[in-house]
Amino acid sequence: MISPILFWFVAFITVIPALALMFARKPVHIAMAVVLVMVGLAVSYVALKAPFLGVVQIVVYTGAVMMLFLFVLMLVGVDKRESLKETITGQRWIALALALGVGALLITVVSRLSFSVSEEPSEGTPTEVAYWLFGDYVLVVEVLGFLLITSAVGALALTHVPRLFPKRTQAEIQSARVAAGADPVNKAFPGVYARHNALDAPALDPDGNPIEDSVSRVLKVRHQAIDGSEFKDDNKARRRELGAKEDEA
Amino acid sequence: MSPVNFVYLASVLFAIGAATVLLRRNAIIAFMGVELMLNAANLTLVAFARMIGEINGQIMAFFVMVVAAAEVVVGLAIIIAVFRARQSISLDEPSELRG
Repeated sequence: MISPILFWFVAFITVIPALALMFARKPVHIAMAVVLVMVGLAVSYVALKAPFLGVVQIVVYTGAVMMLFLFVLMLVGVDKRESLKETITGQRWIALALALGVGALLITVVSRLSFSVSEEPSEGTPTEVAYWLFGDYVLVVEVLGFLLITSAVGALALTHVPRLFPKRTQAEIQSARVAAGADPVNKAFPGVYARHNALDAPALDPDGNPIEDSVSRVLKVRHQAIDGSEFKDDNKARRRELGAKEDEA
Repeated sequence: MSPVNFVYLASVLFAIGAATVLLRRNAIIAFMGVELMLNAANLTLVAFARMIGEINGQIMAFFVMVVAAAEVVVGLAIIIAVFRARQSISLDEPSELRG
């Protein structure tokens, strides 16, 4: 028989998180609460001599289904506020009354029946489940295979977005940039190499003059760039040292 | 403790799931309510299988799980398609569809 402590534990970790579905605000919290519900149900399956189903419950529901829910929540945006404006007057109370009615009806019906509990239940091991799945129910298993393939294709078809414009190639992007007036080649890199290896110094052109465009605009606005002129004469001196003629520089 | 108690637990979970579907406007949350209802049905199947002592109920619960997984895939794809079309997953918005 099932220990009462186990039952009340399972009841606690399924019903309390399930209430989050109705009262919690954030969808991610609700998804995690439902994960807890699924784990509780897995525990109850194991307690009801269905260990295979318990494991499948954890793998399929907490591992696949609820993670899929989380992915979709991320896709559509976690922060989406739920509108609480009622489009049908009194919908909230009608819905609550209906749900309570369904619950009360189910509980009354079950309480009016008497059940005999089998003393020698099946063990629900993978071997036993497989024996039945691929024995008496093999046709159902094959139909379910078709169903799964169909649903996978259906999901692909539903989420597929046809391309409205042909994809732009790299050459087309580049020619569009040049047509818009951009420099076809890269800007000069900043830094006067070997003497001031940093982003704040402009590059020097062949005449030794600083190239303004080579320093980041942000550094200039912040007055953190140096003008590079102190390297100019230095550069000439270096070139003279290296044997270059004065008129060349 | 008799397995019948799990049937009561399943009834409570089913009612909570039904209330969620009727109350919430967020399509994803309502969909989780549907999942909860399916799981409550599964719990009754397993509990009855335990009471009868045969494994058929467990096999049925297994099939329900497979169908639920397929249903989640298609359902979430529909939610994404609706979100793409109208930037919202509120269940009230498609009511514009009526004439």
